Formats: sequence, structure tokens, C-alpha cells
Amino acid sequence: MSVIFVLIIISMTVAGAFLGLFIWANKSGQFDDTVTPGMRVLFDDKKKKSDQEKSGKES
Amino acid sequence: MEQIAVEEEKKLTCYHCGEPCAGETIQFEDKNFCCTGCKAVFELFRDTGLEDIYAETNRVKPEEEDKYAYLDNEAIADTLLDFKSDNHNRIKVKLPAIHCSSCIYLLENLHLFNKGIIKVHVNFVKQEADIHYNPQQVGLKTLAALLDTVGYAPQFKTEEKKKKKSHLSIKIGVAAFSFGNIMLLSFPEYLGIQDTIDQQFQVFFAYLNVLLALPVVFYSASDYFVSAYKGLSNRFVNIDVPIALGIIVLFGRSLFEVISQTGAGYLDSLAGLVFFLLIGKWFQSKTYENLSFDRDYKSYFPLAAMVTRNGELEAVPIADLKEGDIVTIRNQEVIPADSILLSDRANIDYSFVTGESKAIKMNAQEHLYAGGRQIGEQISIKVIKPSSQSYLTSLWNNQVFKPEEDLGTEAITNRISKYFTLVILLIAALAGAYWLVVDARQIWHVVTAVLIVACPCALALSAPFTNGNTLRIFGRNKLYLKNALGAEKLHKIDTIVFDKTGTLTESKGGAVRFDGYLSEQDKEVVGALTSHSMHPLSKKIQAYIGGVPKLKIEAFKEIPGAGLEGSANGHLYRLGSATFVGEGNTREGQVYLAVDGEVKGYFTIHHGYRAGLENLIAHLKGYQLAILSGDNDQEKQQLEQMFPSQTLMRFKQQPQDKLKFIKDLQDEGKNVMMLGDGLNDAGALKQSNMGIAVTENVSTFSPACDGILEGAELNQLDRFLQYAKSAHGIIIASFIVSFLYNVIGLSFAVSGALTPIFAAILMPLSSISVVVFTTLFGNLLARKKHLL
Repeated sequence: MSVIFVLIIISMTVAGAFLGLFIWANKSGQFDDTVTPGMRVLFDDKKKKSDQEKSGKES
Repeated sequence: MEQIAVEEEKKLTCYHCGEPCAGETIQFEDKNFCCTGCKAVFELFRDTGLEDIYAETNRVKPEEEDKYAYLDNEAIADTLLDFKSDNHNRIKVKLPAIHCSSCIYLLENLHLFNKGIIKVHVNFVKQEADIHYNPQQVGLKTLAALLDTVGYAPQFKTEEKKKKKSHLSIKIGVAAFSFGNIMLLSFPEYLGIQDTIDQQFQVFFAYLNVLLALPVVFYSASDYFVSAYKGLSNRFVNIDVPIALGIIVLFGRSLFEVISQTGAGYLDSLAGLVFFLLIGKWFQSKTYENLSFDRDYKSYFPLAAMVTRNGELEAVPIADLKEGDIVTIRNQEVIPADSILLSDRANIDYSFVTGESKAIKMNAQEHLYAGGRQIGEQISIKVIKPSSQSYLTSLWNNQVFKPEEDLGTEAITNRISKYFTLVILLIAALAGAYWLVVDARQIWHVVTAVLIVACPCALALSAPFTNGNTLRIFGRNKLYLKNALGAEKLHKIDTIVFDKTGTLTESKGGAVRFDGYLSEQDKEVVGALTSHSMHPLSKKIQAYIGGVPKLKIEAFKEIPGAGLEGSANGHLYRLGSATFVGEGNTREGQVYLAVDGEVKGYFTIHHGYRAGLENLIAHLKGYQLAILSGDNDQEKQQLEQMFPSQTLMRFKQQPQDKLKFIKDLQDEGKNVMMLGDGLNDAGALKQSNMGIAVTENVSTFSPACDGILEGAELNQLDRFLQYAKSAHGIIIASFIVSFLYNVIGLSFAVSGALTPIFAAILMPLSSISVVVFTTLFGNLLARKKHLL
């Protein structure tokens, strides 16, 4: 039963690591803008498009 | 709602993105585009590569470069840059022209325009672009000019760009982390088996809990402590004081219990308390973000002025302007500091200062104030007062930012907040004392619950949220109030004063007719003559004649109250009242034309009254109405037919007369609302309790008026006023609701039936319910009144 000491400490560490990641993500500004990335996703990638045109394939 | 438009404006939709083309439409290959972004993307789909199209548009126009010449100045550029190094600079610019996803696409591909641009990152909501560029390959000036050329003129932020990020989300994250883990470790407590486990574990868990609670108390809850301390150091007990106190009490008590091993403490309640408090704060801030404007008046000033120093023209930051500096001001540029006009003539638009959009003609040696805009040719001015001390800044510092007078709900909110916390502390102390005698174990629960559950935030939120919602709804209906206070002031109005010309009458439309013979040559001269004048009658005649006046008028004179005079082709032309040209009496609206003293005929200009006016007047039964006009009383009879009999009418009013009229009414104890067009009643607008500028063109925003109403919507005035009255009712109702909530909550807390954690949940819940209540009812009301 005394293994619980170790277990709890390990789980705290893991949880703490996740908290650290959360803090890092916030500080690096990931959550500052939640609107623009959504719009950015829908942009066509120019290279791919011109490749498709060049190979002339269309289904 | 009927819309009688003189000219049909076809709503063009952009071929690419499908949005309506508001403002400038770009035409390309028989298609319409709303912005260069969409046009560029369209071209992209036709052509092979981006580079080809952009190579064409890459040619930066030379005038554009000049506009940003001040960016060559290192000192200025440095204040704007976020990051600077030898080959990598970073700057954030505001691009108000961003409005669709194609704009993002174009801007983020800007690096294809110019090799010196490394990366562009757009924030759509903020309309900002974060630009990384290589200063060795492209200068800031060229960069700005390039942005301008592709259609996104950049605005540089002058003041503090870095707002202190309070990292609320991180604090919430930390609090949540601790909250969850403390609860996990408190399981034995919850299950009631804490006495069966080893003492070792109890101690271990307890201390671990304390460890987890430390970041919560010292980091997540820090805002409350800071705020409470600030308040107390100013001898002011604000709402954060009981919260801070509650947290300290809980933590202190828990620490005591853990160390003395008399219990497990209340650390789970503490962490949960802070967590829910922060969630409430976050929610409030999100809602506030949507409701607030951010007007940085300082960024209206030009960043630098073109000063002649040592015979050379150089860009100088306005903070460095010295007395005696000779500054060159071009068309549409803002005067940076109080100065004296050196050139012969100037045409200054002080709309930003006084609300008068009519440009004032100034002569040499006259005093020019900062904030005015030069319309027309280039002028030279000499600075007499450095920027920071200018009359204008003091005007803004006083007028705009000074706290408004006490009004109804705001005053109540402030008064209640003052006593609220003291009462709460008293109740907490009393409850604590009571339970000390009856059942000592309950004290801490009760005291903290009392401290937490009492929420003045509900009270503090009712007014701003209702008013914010009102602002939003009014804005949708083209009435733009300057601030939330305006929404409040509306419900107290009992007298409405109308300006006649431009407010009751439309400045567009209205028929112009010429009786007499007007030769082509004379027509041209009249057109040129009237183009020099800003008088509404001149504008109407000019519009009637049409075309672009190219003729040069010599010895142009505009005599107020009489007319225009000028020479062209060797003849003396006079356009104005009958007495001015040498004829008998005038009838209203008749403008006579005389060439070399010979009367050729007259223009009859019919002022159209706005549609729906009679309907509006019928609905304004409860108000005392008045009409002020600068014209003579020719239209009195017509007005008497439209308006009720007790309407006060004054004619031939000068701006000071209008102001005096309003003041007299106010001295009688009336609450006056003035509607004018801002051309010559800026003073009256400012004097009235509520000054609304009625315009056809909603781009003037001045400290002189409390709101702007688009002319076509004047007939909705009664609805706006009714809504304001009902909105006031909503505020009162939500006051009552939040008061009841506090009473109920406190009674539960005092009786010991409320745990701190539950109190912590109730607190944001009450704020949310107030917000929901006011918004919901506000919208319902608007829908009923057909305002939404």
C-alpha cells in the first residue's frame, strides 16, 4: 500500500507536465487568435493546384 | 419601413467572394470585386502563377512612397517595430481594409510581391498583420507604400501596443489543475474513510494539498489581492476585498488545520472557489470585448510632420516639434500642433474638434489649431505651441475623457457598491460571532460563504450590459451613440429641438429650377463659382449644373447672408439674395443671378422634408418640440401644419442663438435633446443634454455630439426613445433580481446551508444570469419595437 506514495508522485509529475505544456501553448500565443486559422485552412495550396492543372487530370 | 431613395444604389456583389461591395468597387473584365484580394485570387485562377500577376501590381506608385516618407526616419521607425535586427525586422500594422478571407490570402502571400518580405501573419478579427521583413532588402517606407498600393493602407499604432496580458487563461489552467488534483487527494475525506487509512497517508495527502493550493493562492488569485490592496490603499473598499478576505481566511484556516493535524482543511473549496471565480471573470471579459470600442484618439494625429530645417524638408516626429518650426501640410493632412498660417490661404476642416464638417477658410497670420485638417492646396504653418500642450489635447483630455455627470443608474450603482462591501463584512462578522457561540465548527464555512456569495457584480453588470446591448441595437438601426451613457441619457429626455435645414430637410434631392435665361457660358461660371462655396444652397446649384468646374474665378468673395461674387471672362457675377443682386424682396429659396449688375433670373431651390416626418411627429406626443432655423420664416406656415401647436419655432438663428435657446430651456429644468446637422450648431449640440448629429454620411465622429444618426432613419426617433425608456426598465428589473439573489444567497450562507464551493459557483452564475436576462429582454424588446 505504501506504493501509493510513488504512484501519486508520478501521476502528479505527469499531470504537471501537461500543465506545463498548457502554459507554454498559451504563452506562445496559440490561443490569441481563434478565428484566422479556421479561414487559413480553406486556402488552396498553389503548387498542388498548378500540378493538377499541368497533369490535366480531373475526375 | 419605406425607403425613398433619390438615387438607386445597386448593391454589387463581388464576383469572387460573394460579399456585397461596400465602398470602392474594383472592376476588372466586366466583373465586380470588393477588394484587390478577391480580384487577385480571381486572376490567380485564370493564370498560371501568382508571380506573374503580382509582378504587374508590384509597381509602387511614387506618390504612395511620399505619403510614408516619415518612415525613413530611424527614430520613428524604431518606436513602431516589434523587433529589430540586421536582417530581420518585425512590425505589427493595422489594416482596416481587411474584410474577407481573400484579403488574408493576398496578404499572407505578400512575400511573393517583394523579396524582402519574409512572412506575413494576419489576425482577421483584430484586422492586424504581423510582418517579418528584411530591412536590408526592403525599407519600411516601401513596405507601407506596397501595402497601400494593393489596397490595404496601413495604420501604425502609435501608443502602447503591448497591453499587459494578464494571462487569465493560464491562471484558470493552474487553478483547474490544482482543483482537480486536490479533489482527487481528498477522496478519503469525501468517502468518509479518512480515519481508516494510515496517519502517514493523511499527512502526506494533506501536505500535498497544501503544495497544490500554493500556486492557486499566490498566482491564480493574485489579481484579487492586488485589486483589493489597491482599493484599500486608496481608502476604498471595492468588491474584491471580501473575495480576497475569503480566500485568505480559507487558506489560513486550512493551513492551521493541516499543521496542527486537527483536520484536512478546506483546500478543495479554496481551489474550486478560485477556479469558478476566474471562469466568471473570463466570461465577463469575453462579453465585454464584444461590446466595447477601442478609440485611440492619439493615433489620429500624424506621426510626423514635414519640417523645413536648415533649408531642407525633413520628417520630424510630432513629439519633437519645437516652437518656430515651419511645417508643410498637404491636402487631407492633419495639423500636428497649434500654429500660425504662413501661406495666404488655407481651408481647414475642424470636424474632429468641433463637429463642423464645413471647412473654415483661414488667412495668413491666423491661428490654426491642432487636429484640423487641410483641404486643398499645400500650406505652410509655423508652430507656436508644441503638440503636448495643444489646446486640442486639453480639449480631449477634458471633454472626452472626463467623467460624465451623475445619472440615474450609474449613480445608484456607485453608491451601492460603496456600502455593499461594508455591509457584507458586517454580516460576515455577525454570522461568525453567532456560530462561534452555537457551533464553532461551522464558523469558517459560514464566514467564507457569506464573503463569497454576496455579489455586487450582478449590480455592477446590469447597467453596462443593458446599455451595451442598446448601443448595439441602435447601431444596427444607424443611430450610433458615442458611449453607453448616451443610451441612459435618452430615457430622461423631455424636450426635442430640431434644426431645420439638413435635419428636417434632406440635403440630397430637392428640385432646382432656374427661371430666366441661363446661357451655357453663364452656366459654367455659376458652376465654378458655387464650387468654391460650402453653403448648402451653393452645393445644390452646383449639383444641378453638374460636371467638373474648370473655369477660374477671379476675386472670389463669399458674403455670409448675402451671396457669392466673382469675376470670370471679364464679367462680374453675383449669385445670392435679391438684395445682394439689387432686386426687390426674396422669397425663401430663391437665389438670384446677376451678370454685370443685370439680373438674369433666379434659382428656386425646393427643400424636401424627410419622408415619414409627419408620422414621427404624431408619435412624439409626450415631448415638447422646438425648431431652430438659420433661415427666415418663409416656411413657418408649412411647419405649423406639420408640427403640433405648442411647438416653439425660432428663425434666423445664429449659432450662438441656438446655443442660448438650449441653455434657456435647460435653465427651466428641461432635459434637452438636440438634432442638428453639425454644420453650424456644434455648440448647441454640445450644450444640449443629448446632441445628435444627423448626417447623410456616417463618417464624421466628433467629441461635440453624443451620437450620429443617419438622416434616412430620423423617422425612427420615436422608436429609439421608447426603447431607451423600456431599457431603463430592464436595468431596474435586473437590479431587483440581483438584489433578491443576494438576499436569498446570504440567508442560506448565514444559516450554514451553503458551502464556500457552492457559493463560488453561484457567484459567476449570478453574473451570467444578469447578462442573459438583460440581453434576452433587450433583444425581445427590440423585436417587439421592430428595431431588430
